[in-house]
Amino acid sequence: MSEAYAHPNYVKIWIWLLVLLGLSVSGPMLEIPTLTIITAFGIAVVKAFLVAANFMHLKFEKKIIWFLLIMCFCMLGVFFFGVAPDIMMTEGDQWIDCIADKSCVEQRL
Amino acid sequence: MSMHGPVATHRSATGVPTGRLAVWWLMASEIFIFGGLVACFILFKLNGTPGFEDASLTSLTAGAVNTFVLLTSSLSVVMAHAAIEKGDRDKSFLYIWYTIGGGFVFLGIKAYEYTGKIIHGHVITENLFWSFYYTMTGLHALHVIGGMVIMALISFDIRKGHNYQRVELIGIYWHFVDLIWIFLFPLLYIANF
Amino acid sequence: MSQATAAIQTDTHAEHHEELNFLHKYILPVDHKVIAMQYIFTGLIMAIIGGYFAYAFRMQLAFPGELVPFYGLVGPGEYNMLVTNHGTIMIFWVAMPVLIAGFGNFLIPLMIGCDDMVFPRLNRLSYQIFLVSALVLIASFFVTGGGFGGAWTAYPPLSSVAEYSLTDWGASLWILAVALEFVSFLLGGINFVTTAMNARAPGMKMWDIPIAVWFIVIAVILFMASVGPLIAGSVMLFMDQRIGTSFFLPSGGGDPLLWQHLFWFFGHPEVYVVLLPTLGIVADIITVFSRKKLFGYKTVIYTAFATGGLSFVVWAHHQFIAGIDPRMANVFVVTTVLISIPLAEMMFSYIATLYGGSIELKTPMLWALSFIAAFLIGGVTGIYLGASAVDVYLHDSYFVLAHFHYTFFPITIIGMFAALTFWFPKMFGRMMNETLGKIHFWGTFIPFNCIFLPLFFLGLAGQHRRIYNYNHFPDLATQELQNIRIFATVSLVVMLCFQLVFVYNFFVSMFKGEKAPENPWNANTLEWSIPSPPPHGNFKTLPTVYRGPYEYSVPGREMDYWPQHVPPEES
Repeated sequence: MSEAYAHPNYVKIWIWLLVLLGLSVSGPMLEIPTLTIITAFGIAVVKAFLVAANFMHLKFEKKIIWFLLIMCFCMLGVFFFGVAPDIMMTEGDQWIDCIADKSCVEQRL
Repeated sequence: MSMHGPVATHRSATGVPTGRLAVWWLMASEIFIFGGLVACFILFKLNGTPGFEDASLTSLTAGAVNTFVLLTSSLSVVMAHAAIEKGDRDKSFLYIWYTIGGGFVFLGIKAYEYTGKIIHGHVITENLFWSFYYTMTGLHALHVIGGMVIMALISFDIRKGHNYQRVELIGIYWHFVDLIWIFLFPLLYIANF
Repeated sequence: MSQATAAIQTDTHAEHHEELNFLHKYILPVDHKVIAMQYIFTGLIMAIIGGYFAYAFRMQLAFPGELVPFYGLVGPGEYNMLVTNHGTIMIFWVAMPVLIAGFGNFLIPLMIGCDDMVFPRLNRLSYQIFLVSALVLIASFFVTGGGFGGAWTAYPPLSSVAEYSLTDWGASLWILAVALEFVSFLLGGINFVTTAMNARAPGMKMWDIPIAVWFIVIAVILFMASVGPLIAGSVMLFMDQRIGTSFFLPSGGGDPLLWQHLFWFFGHPEVYVVLLPTLGIVADIITVFSRKKLFGYKTVIYTAFATGGLSFVVWAHHQFIAGIDPRMANVFVVTTVLISIPLAEMMFSYIATLYGGSIELKTPMLWALSFIAAFLIGGVTGIYLGASAVDVYLHDSYFVLAHFHYTFFPITIIGMFAALTFWFPKMFGRMMNETLGKIHFWGTFIPFNCIFLPLFFLGLAGQHRRIYNYNHFPDLATQELQNIRIFATVSLVVMLCFQLVFVYNFFVSMFKGEKAPENPWNANTLEWSIPSPPPHGNFKTLPTVYRGPYEYSVPGREMDYWPQHVPPEES
């Protein structure tokens, strides 16, 4: 059996999660896109943290597990930002069009 | 708890029990699988790929109800863990089956949603958004089904008095499935611009 | 369901019986040593298939359009299938199972002093999935249209549209096999990492773990951290092929470059995934046979961390001419050149270990030394290719191919033979024949250089890779270049013939060789403290560790080695 630790009040966490869910659903009703992004994804991060820390007992876990998870997100970040210039932005695609024009190339650099 | 298997399984040089350590590694590799998929989705979305405005066609209500179902099932599986730690097998068994029930409700709503979309012609090949929609939710649903099967096996195992620690392990897995949904929900249902 | 649980229960109890029947010992084993043998033998059988493919397409290049003995006529489509599957097999079904899964399974529990992997049945499952993946790949050669021929990198749209690849089911089975193989190694990898983290013998601290175990574990972590996006990607590619989505097709809004990124985000760390186990094995061998402490044990491990970290930020150097954003090319040139620093440091540590040692040129040592020599050539030519300007000319030429084989041949083939000859006494309880071993060594190492050194010149002369018949290109169809091609092919045939010496030596030694003592090489690590071959459960009493693994020629001691498990007061 795993070592004993004080269990958090799970029902309280659950109620918090439901409140946050309500907020993220009502966010788009204000019809402000920027605010929607904040309510939708900001709240998702908070919810994820609540679940991970309390339900998954990450609060009580050894540091090595934290390192492990942080490493995962760093690697995903590397992947995302390494790929982003090609898939997400299109300036790179037009690079070839301005090779003859030196000022254009310098501007792009 | 019965002691079987090799001595190696019962050693713990890191201080984290072996089973839990392995589940965390499994979670790490799952983060990369889902993370890769979500990263591709975000890349295409931010690129303004045509078709991604179809996110407004997904049913916010269905998504929100499903989030509620999964959050609640997460609560019941953690209650199962708390119960088994006190040695209460029957209560734990019951809570595990509540969780499995939550999984069935989730899949039912998912199936209803899929049916509605397919009837309206939003099939997987319609455009890139729907391809991602079915791939991501489908992969997630497979994880839900896998979790339910394993949970059922574990529930009978603990009723016989074996392997109590597995309730916590399947719990971590189930919360992880819940976490993925927490991120899929805003991506596919809310961010419709 | 309760029946299934009961079945698992009986299975668990079977582990306690000393005498297992044939089925449980060899077909459904839970013993890590038997699973290691399964991986190694499956890998060797796949190596024969991969080598046979190489023979067939090299013969076609040397004597285009002629009948290849023991094969027949190689058509253009067939040629593509042969090169694609040669690459796929050699990397995913030879290097990975033999070096990581095979030797990882054999060495990790023995070297860290425990009786088995932490999850023996998970271990068995991962082998079974691996076996299925190998069978799926072999099956893909026999479906209508033949095996997949879109190169082992499987760039879409060639790989995702059946009208382009002309291998409708071959391509799908190929991606399925690769995905299954990834799943198998993910499961195995979780087992390896958990075992090495948790199941170490009492007294074995982090810096007392042999380099081989360290490097296998780092390699597994690299694998687990890089393969996830490609698993998602292979699901996407499979759906592009079979369902008709267009994740990677520009016509439907997708992007073929995305696959290249997904593939190389995995593909480049993969090079280090297979490299690190070999580097670890070589480190263990050179310390034993030069009777010296490893030079800079911690430095070597830190360089491995640095290599592993950097390997995640170099992947786009495979795509310099694929149309990636030129600004990103700048970044990737810098990181690519940077990664040679930790590896060079590691090589210097190995050479410094040899300096002043009393070197014994036994067969495993010959392999280890030849690894260092050959890998240096591979590494140095890599620096040319890492510079994007040079790469524009050399990309997809035989220069790349020769560079690649100068890294992967030492890693896979030389590393495998080094490990097999070194641990053979422990695995089978018999010694290998030294004379035959040395004949095999020289018969492999010299032809290997004769195959791949000329290819550098062919590449510089402008010979593009993946071409079926160079007679169609007037600049490349000259007799001079053709002579080089013939020389490389003849060298390959010579090298393949010398492998028969190894096969003979391997099987004759396994059954009739001289009985091996517990510790034939006077080595320190824990696996040499038990009988050869180790019994079920490995150690009679589980050992306690008192010191690091490389205490050779310690001043003031009568013996020139100091095993890890010997308590200090006994000395």
